[in-house]
Amino acid sequence: MGFYFAQFLTGLASASALFLVASGLSIIFGVTRIVNFAHGSLYMVGAYLAYSVVNWLPHGVFGFWAAVVIAALAVGVLGAVVEFVLLRHLYRSPELFQLVATFGVVLVIQDAALAIWGPEDIVGPRAPGLDSVVRIFGEPIPEYDLALIVIGPTVLLAVWLVLNRTRWGTLVLAATQDREMAAALGINQTLLFTSVFFLGAFLAGLGGALQIPRETISLLMDLNVIAEAFVVVVIGGMGSVPGAFLAAAIIGELNAFGVLVFPQVTIVLAFLVMAVVLVLRPQGLLGRPEIHAHAPAHVREAPLQPFGHRQRLAVATVIVLLAALPMVAGDFTLVLATDILVFAVFAASLQFIMGTGGMVSFGHAAYFGLGAYGAALVVKHLGGGMVSGLVAAPLAAGLGALLFGWFCVRLSGVYLAMLTLAAAQIVWATAFQWQEVTGGDDGILGVWPPGWLADRTAYYYLALVVCCGAILALRRIVYAPFGYVLRGGRDAPLRMAAIGIDLRRHQWFAFVIAGVFAGIAGGIYVYSKGSVFPDELAIPRSVNGLIMVLFGGIQTILGPIVGALTFTVLEDQLSRLEYWRAILGAVILFVVLIAPQGIVGGLARLADAVTDRSMREAER
Amino acid sequence: MSVLQVTGLAKSFGGLKAVDDVSFAVEPGELLAVIGPNGAGKTTCFNMISGQLRADAGTVRFDGTDISRWPARKIWRLGVGRTFQITATAPSMTVRENVQLALLSHHRKSSNLWRPATTMYQDEADRLLDRVGMVEQAARAAGVLAYGDLKRLELAIALAHAPKLLLLDEPTAGMAPGERTNLMALIANIVADEVISVLFTEHDMDSVFGHADRILVLNRGQVLAEGSVDEVRNDARVRAVYLGGGGTYGGSAPNA
Ligand SMILES: Nc1ncnc2c1ncn2[C@@H]1O[C@H](COP(=O)(O)OP(=O)(O)O)[C@@H](O)[C@H]1O
Ligand SMILES: [Mg+2]
Repeated sequence: MGFYFAQFLTGLASASALFLVASGLSIIFGVTRIVNFAHGSLYMVGAYLAYSVVNWLPHGVFGFWAAVVIAALAVGVLGAVVEFVLLRHLYRSPELFQLVATFGVVLVIQDAALAIWGPEDIVGPRAPGLDSVVRIFGEPIPEYDLALIVIGPTVLLAVWLVLNRTRWGTLVLAATQDREMAAALGINQTLLFTSVFFLGAFLAGLGGALQIPRETISLLMDLNVIAEAFVVVVIGGMGSVPGAFLAAAIIGELNAFGVLVFPQVTIVLAFLVMAVVLVLRPQGLLGRPEIHAHAPAHVREAPLQPFGHRQRLAVATVIVLLAALPMVAGDFTLVLATDILVFAVFAASLQFIMGTGGMVSFGHAAYFGLGAYGAALVVKHLGGGMVSGLVAAPLAAGLGALLFGWFCVRLSGVYLAMLTLAAAQIVWATAFQWQEVTGGDDGILGVWPPGWLADRTAYYYLALVVCCGAILALRRIVYAPFGYVLRGGRDAPLRMAAIGIDLRRHQWFAFVIAGVFAGIAGGIYVYSKGSVFPDELAIPRSVNGLIMVLFGGIQTILGPIVGALTFTVLEDQLSRLEYWRAILGAVILFVVLIAPQGIVGGLARLADAVTDRSMREAER
Repeated sequence: MSVLQVTGLAKSFGGLKAVDDVSFAVEPGELLAVIGPNGAGKTTCFNMISGQLRADAGTVRFDGTDISRWPARKIWRLGVGRTFQITATAPSMTVRENVQLALLSHHRKSSNLWRPATTMYQDEADRLLDRVGMVEQAARAAGVLAYGDLKRLELAIALAHAPKLLLLDEPTAGMAPGERTNLMALIANIVADEVISVLFTEHDMDSVFGHADRILVLNRGQVLAEGSVDEVRNDARVRAVYLGGGGTYGGSAPNA
């Protein structure tokens, strides 16, 4: 009995911290409709800052709590600055741009933290006066946990009062519920949005600062917390602060007790709850359905053009050049080229589901990783050869997409994006925690191709054939009736049912196709590296895919290839530098803000402008 | 037997009874006009007949089959085509491709992963476009069309599977008067040529009185009157609804 009560209190204490982060995220999302990936970074900065300020202020009770508040305020200012400089330019952009931009911020903040606080994990100070335990039913309960249990509801009450008892709060709630109406009422949106970011970031910073007596401070805090915070926001209802509290309590207790029953799958449990909530009650437990649905911001696309002679010639030339590459390039370049081929397929499959299908996927790494693990598991547990591994890869990924896709096609917009993210996190958590089968963090080693392909050049040719074949096949599908149905469903969903098409079934099938092709990429990848780790399934892998699609331009089929090429080369070059993440982040922000059509789209526009000008001159 | 038999159809949105106990029938080869002020429930009726919306109560029979609970796509397969008041076409496809999409579905080729879609049923698509006078624009993107042209494209799409019943929701809205007359004449021709029944809503009373075989008048979700053109034209209650709010027959009547 005592033990379970202690477990219950532990659950509540972690729920408090989670609530602080998630409520900030939820308020920001509710008003601005921005899915802020950098929210975890604000939390992390809150922890680091609090640590520094504690050391700087005189030790004692006052010093500790003053440091917490100062850190939270500073993070609030940081959030407002990020909004002012960057995010306010993206309110009308598609989700993809917003997400990738906030991920750029994640990278920049990560390196800034690295530069300021160094790579070592930091053990924070104890909270003065709250550093021992009390016994409840004979079980030791940290005093600080009890303090957190009080702080969570107190902050909830304070935020609730601000939102419901002040004029500013009324505006925030109005904007959350009906953005168009708030705009029509002449609310000063720029000021409102900036102040909302301040509050949201303040709460994240507070959450981080309050964690320092409980958790070591590290550069991993940002992405570790963000996925769970997303889960809480979605379960509670985007924009609902009480919902975030309820959901945080559910997740906190689920973790506290889940660990007793299924120690292997605690992370999975949270995401399962989220998936169930999204399907049964998409607006979340306490969320309200949107009044004016956020019209999907599509980049206007021109009708597809079949390849003419010149394009065919260009494709053939590129393939011939690629085939000739081993004659001039060394092993190192061939490894890089193999990576580019793999990621071109991965990005093309993501572009297929997002651009052609109009379904935002924030968790495409799941299918890449399922492919890689599928192949590796066949080798490890069944002693299969490379051919069976390469067959298992798309099969595993396709089956995963079949399962998750069934849920995903029932949602749209950010809710869909969140569910795809959750699906990927479930797969990641499984790979991470299911030690006996997947090797957990140590991954699976020794997945090498047979002797005749062991040579870099030979494997490059295999990758070239498979990847070019895969991309051409995907392109074929886009130009086939199935691809047309997907684009029709993206552009005019109402029309599809009125011409006898079961759009949802087609979209489900599209999910599977995208999964299968990502799985092919994962299979080729694992045999080129010889090993696979849970990283291949993690958020950064998914975001890398999104960045490639963004670099290439979302609406062009050639785009992902150019995007994969640019990104992989860039990453390869940058990763030799010390602060490569910050530079990459800056490049991402530059592309999002300056060249939102991507490289291919941008060049196409340039070409149009040039032809226009020369035609006008010819007319003269 | 009636092509379409609607009995006791009802739909509420929140507390609002958008459609309230509506019954009527459409005979083979008949052009039935549904008129009524904005918000009378015309579009909601259409949506329930074609399966876009689930009715709260009532039955819809098509050719004797009860289709009340059927999904839209199955109703379409049975031979009911429709256009939307707010056009629903794919802007990123050409005019021809929009029609081809309907033809691909009709020929059950929508899941084909291999054949280039633009080469399939091209002639059939062009014949349909020719009928609505859009063949010259076949290669243009639907996204750049004028509103009236979009309406004609919608009609071509709705004709793609040779339906027995056509539901046209304000087919001439946004058109110039001359264009409007032409389109109504075209619709009347199609009805004459292929024993098709048409249910259409329209605000332009000249079109309604000139082409409809019968007229159904809705007001605040209920059937106000039903009958021949002359009966409806002379019905005192109809006049009251249209004239009482200060509107004229042609203009947009008071919002219910
Ligand atoms: N999806 C909906 N949700 C809420 N109210 C609706 C919806 N669709 C229609 N209505 C309401 O139902 C009534 C009938 O609308 P509608 O059928 O579009 O009328 P009409 O086509 O005759 O102009 C109107 O008052 C309209 O506001
Ligand atoms: Mg209407």
